Amino acid sequence: MAPVIEATGLTKRFGDLVAVDHVTFRVEQGEVFGFLGPNGAGKTTTMRMIQCVSPKTEGSLQVFGMEVEGHESEIKRQIGVVPQENNLDPDFTVYKNLLVYARYFDIPLPEAEATIQELLTFVELSEKRDTPIEKLSGGMKRRLILARALINRPRLLILDEPTVGLDPQARHLIWERLREIRNRGNTIVLTTHYLEEAERLCDRLVIMDRGGILVEGPPRELVKRHAGTHVVEADDTPQVRACLDRLGARYEPMGELLQAYTDTPRDVTRALVGECQMGHVAARPATLEDVFLRLTGRKLRE
Amino acid sequence: MNNPLRLLALPRLTPRVLHVWQRNRDVFVKTYRVNFLPPFLEPILYLLSLGFGVGSFIPEIAGVSYAQYIAPALVSISIMNAGFFECTYASYVRMYYQKTYDAIIATPLTIDEVIVGEILWGATRAFINTVIMLPVLFLFGVLDLPWSLFVIPFAFLAGLLFASIGMCFTAMTPGIDTLNLPTFLFITPMFLFSGTFFPLTLLPKFVQYLAVALLPLTHVVTVIRSLTLGTPSPLLPFSLVWLTVATVLVFLLAVNLMKRRLVI
Repeated sequence: MAPVIEATGLTKRFGDLVAVDHVTFRVEQGEVFGFLGPNGAGKTTTMRMIQCVSPKTEGSLQVFGMEVEGHESEIKRQIGVVPQENNLDPDFTVYKNLLVYARYFDIPLPEAEATIQELLTFVELSEKRDTPIEKLSGGMKRRLILARALINRPRLLILDEPTVGLDPQARHLIWERLREIRNRGNTIVLTTHYLEEAERLCDRLVIMDRGGILVEGPPRELVKRHAGTHVVEADDTPQVRACLDRLGARYEPMGELLQAYTDTPRDVTRALVGECQMGHVAARPATLEDVFLRLTGRKLRE
Repeated sequence: MNNPLRLLALPRLTPRVLHVWQRNRDVFVKTYRVNFLPPFLEPILYLLSLGFGVGSFIPEIAGVSYAQYIAPALVSISIMNAGFFECTYASYVRMYYQKTYDAIIATPLTIDEVIVGEILWGATRAFINTVIMLPVLFLFGVLDLPWSLFVIPFAFLAGLLFASIGMCFTAMTPGIDTLNLPTFLFITPMFLFSGTFFPLTLLPKFVQYLAVALLPLTHVVTVIRSLTLGTPSPLLPFSLVWLTVATVLVFLLAVNLMKRRLVI
């Protein structure tokens, strides 16, 4: 089956700044595909190009097999967008927000009404139907935006930081709903700063930095490839370094700690505690966060 | 955008433009009480204070009573304010603070359609104001019928011009505060010096030329006064041509300036 999104050498420049630098990726039908990366990595810019609202500078970008340039309205008809910033219409109620949005898609009124009913149930907002937007909590607004993005029954759902600022309950509800949407065969593309979210939701993901793609693959595989199965943490001292060197372990300084990436945490821990007589040693399963920080560094991005 | 003609490129439009207009109409209808009051009260207040108050010292101006003289100016000013302010402050709030445009362009609508829908709505506000004002003015006996009825369709066209002018400033303003500049430097002088409350001929020749060359309200007042008095001004044909050309140019400019601001 043809990929849902295919980007080849996709580039976006703002003056001298290269926001997205010759990236190439494919998103297949029915998968959840994640874009991870520090602020300014080029994730949102890439999303905006896929959504046909920001024209590319160079390269090729196809969505549903159509070149984005020149097919904007046809593509947009089949995608749903959950933007980073809440842009619900503050002048309307929950219900009216969805109704007005359905009109932008030329959805006939009876069909729109039925869909809205169904979507409000889906995101558990049926009781808030006539509530003005300002009276909604952050989590409710996010759920309403998700419902709004589904009003045209999109083949492709694009979410930019879908759960930012939500409490755990609200976040889990969104995750659950996204899995349901995926299970119906829809494709989902999302960006997130929550690596746990990416690990739970994404079938495949890319980590971007400075406009380029650093790595691509299923989250578990990326962790295994770039961090091993476990991480052993110990104080950063010359003795520990010498000990790890002797063991031939891969390690990196992370703040005041050394982190050793290994598939045999027991051996490394035993060696550190036994032979090297180290006090503070901790072993834990490796996560996507380890991969992320290893690849993009610890320096703050503004 | 090096070629200046690109600033006059034609927008690509579909009937979906109407959905932007409908969105604004729905908000307007929801708050109709506050929306209908100003255009109803304004002509009454102005006519009482200026028309019949100040006017009592003016036996006659250009062959008519002072109230008759300023009535078309009141309609023109209302058209100007409705179109201009809808597409400056109100549009800016929708664009920048409410992110309404961002929400709409995530649907099949294009940015061209959003901007044109906004301008059409601004023109509609001018039209609505006029429809409310005319019966009030009629009751004061300052309108000639049936010619005054032609003011109604004309209000939409003139509204289109002022909405487009407003949209140009919205496209260029760095923030909402700087929208005060065109208001004080352009709209207020126009309000006072476009043959609104006294004939242009009282002004120095040089200023008269400026007003005719540059101030759209001058021409709107000319057209509407010709209609409400039922006597065409000698300037009428020129004013109609001036308004047509200006509306087309400024409308295209508004769409393209907004695209330059928003398509990044």
